[in-house]
Amino acid sequence: MKLDVQQVLNWLEKTNEKIQMNKEYLTSLDRAIGDGDHGINMSRGFQEVIDKTSTTTYTSVSDLFKDVAMTLLSKVGGASGPLYGTAFLKMSMIVKNREPIDKKTLEDALESALEGILQRGKANLNDKTLVDVWTPVVDLLKDKEVIKGSELEEVSKNAMESTKERMAKKGRAAYLKERSIGHLDPGSVSSYYLFASLAEVLSEEE
Amino acid sequence: MKKIINDPNLVVQDMLKGLVAAYQNSLKQVPNTTVIVRKDAPITGKVGLVSGGGSGHEPAHAGYVGQGMLDAAVCGEVFTSPTPDQVYEAIKAVNGGAGVFLVIKNYTGDVMNFEIATELAQADGIEVEQVIVNDDVAVEDSSFTTGRRGIAGTIFVHKIAGAKAQAGGSLQDVKAIAEKVVANVRSMGMALSPCTVPAAGKPSFELAENEMEVGMGIHGEPGTERKVIATADEIATELTQQVLDDMGLNSDDEVAVLVNGLGSTPEMELYIVNGKVSEILKEKGIHIHKTFVGEYMTSLEMAGCSVTLLKLDEELKELLDAESKAPAFLN
Repeated sequence: MKLDVQQVLNWLEKTNEKIQMNKEYLTSLDRAIGDGDHGINMSRGFQEVIDKTSTTTYTSVSDLFKDVAMTLLSKVGGASGPLYGTAFLKMSMIVKNREPIDKKTLEDALESALEGILQRGKANLNDKTLVDVWTPVVDLLKDKEVIKGSELEEVSKNAMESTKERMAKKGRAAYLKERSIGHLDPGSVSSYYLFASLAEVLSEEE
Repeated sequence: MKKIINDPNLVVQDMLKGLVAAYQNSLKQVPNTTVIVRKDAPITGKVGLVSGGGSGHEPAHAGYVGQGMLDAAVCGEVFTSPTPDQVYEAIKAVNGGAGVFLVIKNYTGDVMNFEIATELAQADGIEVEQVIVNDDVAVEDSSFTTGRRGIAGTIFVHKIAGAKAQAGGSLQDVKAIAEKVVANVRSMGMALSPCTVPAAGKPSFELAENEMEVGMGIHGEPGTERKVIATADEIATELTQQVLDDMGLNSDDEVAVLVNGLGSTPEMELYIVNGKVSEILKEKGIHIHKTFVGEYMTSLEMAGCSVTLLKLDEELKELLDAESKAPAFLN
């Protein structure tokens, strides 16, 4: 696999489409166990990402990721802005001078992004946060020599669905303790959209 | 949804325009931001105080900007933490060379966004310190989770830390007094009806005609217990008792009381609640130094209230009583 600027733009557009299409759904998930703004914030942030990246010419994925990071940091707010912003900032640093991105570079970038998310959010695996999706995705990349779109889609989807049965230990849902069980974590769902979109880009290439 | 708004996506900008128009002699908006600062900011040699958070809690926090309280308030989207670039702008706007102090309510997003802003400001050589307010006793205090939320007790932090900075306290002085307030302030709230975030268009939760939610946060996030509505005296007793249980006050201790309305509870009902709160405290021999009844930290149009107690000593009393020219806390 190889990801260049065009493919990463494609990845971002697909992610934005899913988020805009599921804006109400994300918000309703957040209304159940949070403060009901995840869909609103993510749709505002990713639309800004597309507005910015579609009107800018990029010669490197690193620069592109950096713009995504700064846009998400400054336009999303809440906890998602710093977490997704940090993730893209870390990826921007890792892919610098390693383009187009091959499988190993993608693995390193996502691993660094996950480390950034952990450091910023101070969450652990199984706390019912987006870490629960990012961790198995990074593990999948580490385990496999070759990464297939279908595998990425399956792993991220299962990971997202697994948050339903967990009790939240971080984020606003943690205040609900047992009452958070039985609801999907909204941040894990938006992370699933991100990885499902990446999976589509990878599949188109296969 | 029935609201007096123009565009659900522009409520914060539209509100700030009206706010600045109302207090044009004392407040200004940092251009191209949602930051409200004292008109005379930055004040050379004074510690700059910055707070902020999601909008929808008016008069928090922009109403507390003024001499004797905050130097700046960063207004995020409704119920959404402001972004780091906005907080960073606020820090720069109030930096008078003596450092900048941040009052942050304990929510994951707020803490992260303010921390990124702190890192940006520190990279510029600005000294930044912070306090995290977590006064809500409805939520379990645990180092393994996010911990307690910051709610109406935050106003006392603004007032007292603001007075300390106004009196010429150093950044470390301001931090120490703010930590002292946080250690001595506790709150608990309840709601009768939900609120609707303009951009969401739907209520955050539903409550039947005969139900109330105890332990409610200030963002429509569910409380700790839902039950059949009780009388004002019973509600006041439950909230006050939970706060007292957590604080461990003794007779002869002195407190400030804040009975806070969440947005659409009439003052009449708040006074009815306060009547019982003051009765309970008197029975226990706890002296009430000062009482505040009204809307200080709201949750859009939510109906409900919270009770906050702040245990006082001479130093805290003096700073609480000091002058404030903030529009929402004239003292």
